[in-house]
Amino acid sequence: MTAGIPLEHGLLVAAGLFVIGFIGVLVRRNLLFQLLSIEIMLNAAGMAFVIAGARWGEADGQVLFIFILVMAAAEVAVGLALLLRLSNRFGDLDGDSVSSMRG
Amino acid sequence: MTVIFYLSSVIALLAAAIAISRRNAFHALLYVVVSLLAVAVTFFSIGAAFAGALEIIVYAGAIIVLFIFVVMMLNLGPQAAGRADGLLTPSMWFGPALLALTLLVELSVILIRATGTGTSDTAVGPREVALSLFGPYAIGVELASFLLLAGLVGAARLGSGARSTGGDR
Repeated sequence: MTAGIPLEHGLLVAAGLFVIGFIGVLVRRNLLFQLLSIEIMLNAAGMAFVIAGARWGEADGQVLFIFILVMAAAEVAVGLALLLRLSNRFGDLDGDSVSSMRG
Repeated sequence: MTVIFYLSSVIALLAAAIAISRRNAFHALLYVVVSLLAVAVTFFSIGAAFAGALEIIVYAGAIIVLFIFVVMMLNLGPQAAGRADGLLTPSMWFGPALLALTLLVELSVILIRATGTGTSDTAVGPREVALSLFGPYAIGVELASFLLLAGLVGAARLGSGARSTGGDR
């Protein structure tokens, strides 16, 4: 219990990863990179859960990490299917090209 | 173990930062794989071996491979940068990066001012995770299966029309 990494350092790494993914979502207009940045953000959230679980030596953090993993998998499946539709319809992956869609 | 944790944390942050600034989609994906593997190493170093294994198998092994398949289907090469070229100039990313880094500074201040609490060295193995997952969290497993089914149906529906309705606008 004495040794180990301070909880705050682990959460700082998770916060850094989250912010990097956030910058990716804001800056990139390519939808593939935006999906990839969202994956980085979800991964950072899961990392925060695992590290907080390791703080108490309990399994709950890893259980919630598994739930985040499931959500990321479902999200990326639907997101990439939408990406394929978009690419077929508009010819590129620019998020701004969808803004001209009617209805 | 401490040295491994900090080393792989730095690698994870650096690889993620490089990944979001690449123009080539393949290079970005490979850097994301490096970042995910480094995060998995941090999980191993704090005793969460099961989460680390899942990180490698599901994230790096399944989700990123799905991305790679899509990049191959879309034939995104170096020429795909196209319109995004002008968007990577410093004036475009300065504002969002400043806002996001402000968020990071706020989080850092909160975390640094907190008193140091070490993580426990007790490794939490797959047995404890499984007992917790299928015991108190069984309803979460059911809901996760709903979500996966919805994702499967949605991906199948959206993906099946991708080829046939591609031509007409």
